[in-house]
Amino acid sequence: MDYAAVVVLQILYMIAFLALISAGLAIVFGMMRVINLAHGEFVMLGGYTTLACDRAGIDIWFAMLVIAPLVVGLVGLIIERLVIRFLYGRMIDTMLATWGLSLLLIGLVTLIFGSSAVSVAAPLPGYQLGEFQMGGYNLFIILVTLVLYVAMWVVLRHTRLGLVARGAMQNAEIASALGYNPRTVYMVTFTIGAALSGLAGGVLAPLTGLLPASGGAYIGQAFIAVITGGAGAVIAGTLASTGLFGVVSQLVSFAYSPVIGEIAMLALAIILLRLMPQGISGRFFRNSQ
Amino acid sequence: MSDAVVETIDLTMRFGGVTAVDHVNFTLRERELRCLIGPNGAGKSTFFKCLTGQYRLTSANGRVFIRGADVVGMRPHEVVRMGVGIKTQVPSVMNGLTVTENLWLAARRAHGWARSTAEVQRVIDEVGLADIARRQVGELAHGQRQMVEIGIVLAQDPWLVLLDEPAAGITGAEVERLVVLIRQINQSASVVVVDHDMEFVRMLGSTITVFHQGAVLTEGLAPQVLADARVREVYIGNRTQ
Amino acid sequence: MKAWPSIGQIRWGWFLAAAAVLLLWPVFADTHTPTVLLIWALFALSLGLMWGYAGLLSFGHSAYFGLGAYTYAIAVINIGESTVPLLLAVLVPAVVAAVIGAMMFYGRISDVYMGVITLVVTLILFKFMSATAGDQYAIGDARLGGFNGIPGFPILNVPGMPEISLFGVPMYYIAAVSLLGCYLISRWILARSFGRVLVGIRENEARCELLGYSVPAYKTAIFTISAAMAGLAGCLFANWTEIVTPGVFSLRSAAEVIVWTIVGGVGTLIGPVLGAMALGMVKLLLGEQTVIDNSLLLGLILVVVVLAIPRGVVPALQGWWRGRARIRVQRAGHGRVRQRATTVRSGESATGWRRDAPGGSGASAEAPGTGGRLPAQRAVRP
Repeated sequence: MDYAAVVVLQILYMIAFLALISAGLAIVFGMMRVINLAHGEFVMLGGYTTLACDRAGIDIWFAMLVIAPLVVGLVGLIIERLVIRFLYGRMIDTMLATWGLSLLLIGLVTLIFGSSAVSVAAPLPGYQLGEFQMGGYNLFIILVTLVLYVAMWVVLRHTRLGLVARGAMQNAEIASALGYNPRTVYMVTFTIGAALSGLAGGVLAPLTGLLPASGGAYIGQAFIAVITGGAGAVIAGTLASTGLFGVVSQLVSFAYSPVIGEIAMLALAIILLRLMPQGISGRFFRNSQ
Repeated sequence: MSDAVVETIDLTMRFGGVTAVDHVNFTLRERELRCLIGPNGAGKSTFFKCLTGQYRLTSANGRVFIRGADVVGMRPHEVVRMGVGIKTQVPSVMNGLTVTENLWLAARRAHGWARSTAEVQRVIDEVGLADIARRQVGELAHGQRQMVEIGIVLAQDPWLVLLDEPAAGITGAEVERLVVLIRQINQSASVVVVDHDMEFVRMLGSTITVFHQGAVLTEGLAPQVLADARVREVYIGNRTQ
Repeated sequence: MKAWPSIGQIRWGWFLAAAAVLLLWPVFADTHTPTVLLIWALFALSLGLMWGYAGLLSFGHSAYFGLGAYTYAIAVINIGESTVPLLLAVLVPAVVAAVIGAMMFYGRISDVYMGVITLVVTLILFKFMSATAGDQYAIGDARLGGFNGIPGFPILNVPGMPEISLFGVPMYYIAAVSLLGCYLISRWILARSFGRVLVGIRENEARCELLGYSVPAYKTAIFTISAAMAGLAGCLFANWTEIVTPGVFSLRSAAEVIVWTIVGGVGTLIGPVLGAMALGMVKLLLGEQTVIDNSLLLGLILVVVVLAIPRGVVPALQGWWRGRARIRVQRAGHGRVRQRATTVRSGESATGWRRDAPGGSGASAEAPGTGGRLPAQRAVRP
């Protein structure tokens, strides 16, 4: 019974983890069809921002929930202005340029922080579930992810900004037709996407440890989750894909080993893409968010 | 019918709740020239794509025969290999290549290496592409690209030619040239033309099949059909260009 | 009338000169570093062939490079003599690519999804191989070794004589001949109908389908050929480093070959070769110092290239060279101005390449009022 609860919690955590790191990429991909391969580095930057703040004595909650998104959002804004905006419509070129940016960011972080792993202490204590020692912080992650996705849904559904965003996701020229400068819409979207990635990184820092190269792990999984989810319905699609991946990878991990679990997730991605070339949302969620 | 080049029996195509093609029985005889007309949304382009394999059919969609062969379930390239030339609604040409290269690719698959060059030259002469033969297709005007695509179709030496809106976006002298060309093609191949430009269809002067809401409204020679009150009614508010 | 003159054309003068330089090199200088540069060049050539001419970008081409390396190591440990392992190192990646390719292309997968799937394949291989530490993970006598890989396997020997190893200068010659040979094979493929159809598919897949070509078959075929060449490169790489580790499958390895190819120039064969050799050299030099981080430089180069010279260095140079002779304005007797536009030759357009999603015109209209059109699109206009 306790074991079942542990498994469920682990699955929820895995889903939350994937959904959290994918949120920023999903917004950017869903809105602008931009595949930002530097996304993993945005997450990593969020983590390092939290680290730097922690070292400077700033309250860690403030650092991870406020400062990290702001800083990374700013970085995203700069990158959008300097690089991304020249490449709209050129999907492959955008992927290549952002891949370059990711390498650049890794290099910069290595220069500043060194290449060895550092960690930030988890600010929540663990708890006991039967005979298992659980991390309390994992629950916080699940909570944050839930709040985040609900907030995204509310914004998209019930605000004017959300309406413009949804329109632009369907058709890029709608923004112009509605009287909004599409370039501004894209700029804002990319910045928000970056900020969400920063938030993810900040919040995850205590759990995952920080390495300049950790972005690589994030981008792989986020990329797969977002593409499999599809661009049609950002929230539903991403939740569906991360839900599936979370369940499968954790169950397989428990049955065999974490590595096999990861491989199972990747293999599942290939199968899903082969069966549903438009992604999950293209197949099932044509008319939702 | 033994001399039917194209025959559809009960052809039906649905998209969700919309029946785009509704139990259509259609026959085209050898060396016939037929125009399919109808207002937007009448189902003529959908019908066209069912013939070409661009919509993958199953037995639930009815039956389609091209020269007696059952083409249900075939992919476009398989239909083409039978000897069918297809020109799509949106000009589908290779923009980054020259006119000659486009034609060569078309000729090559049908004729083999040795004859391709001669075939390309034949098409250039027939369609009148000599001026633009070495130009990159992406740089040509719309009307020229339409002609290039017709050239591509001809280069395969098909016995059945399916043209979807060949007159779209071209006017005046170019349309006349197109009419002459289509009649020329008709001398050695059966032709189906889908269009909603009434003037163009009138100039072609062939048998016309009128589509309306997925079914055949009427069929007959140009003068009768175009004078038919039902046809005019169906077209009110759907004037071309 | 000649069609498609340039993609299948070998400029024999340049080729023979290059071949002479390569083959005479060992007389004048050390061969250790040049060997790996040639191997990397072959790897990039394999990607460039598929990407530049068929429009297929594999984000995980390192999968086949790595499979070639691992297949060789495992086979040679088990067999003892290197001829069969070499053959297997080419065949295994080819077979795997044929299967994966068929699955993707017959499933009508689009560009972006091909990128994801190929990336995922190399990631799977990386994760799998990294986790195979321990004696239970072995194929025959070869222990897979997990993260540490497989060290100390016999390198290539003279066929039939396992005692005579081809270490050192002979290895250089093998690499050089492989590169030259694969280059010739590539040109030959491009000169045939097969190559020209590939270019047509790159330009407009739907139309090629409507011309009666089985597009998935062509794509699978070129994917397989490209994987075979990458496998050969991987096998040679294993022989040069004398160890195979999961790093051959890594994201870094996959990214590097793409950067080399794109910097050198997609749409040419010589571009990726030169790009790989130049950037490979840079990588080796950088590896020995810590002032400038390797990632930083590689990333900066990639960003700058994509923004400024998206077609790569070699095509940009070619365009510049032709641009100088582009328009010679001649005044005929009665004052008419005649322009001779030498860039718009029928061959040129065949190597022209748009990196956007294919299917129609190269200029995409996804975002209104975008700033940069590819400079190359301007260059071809007379």
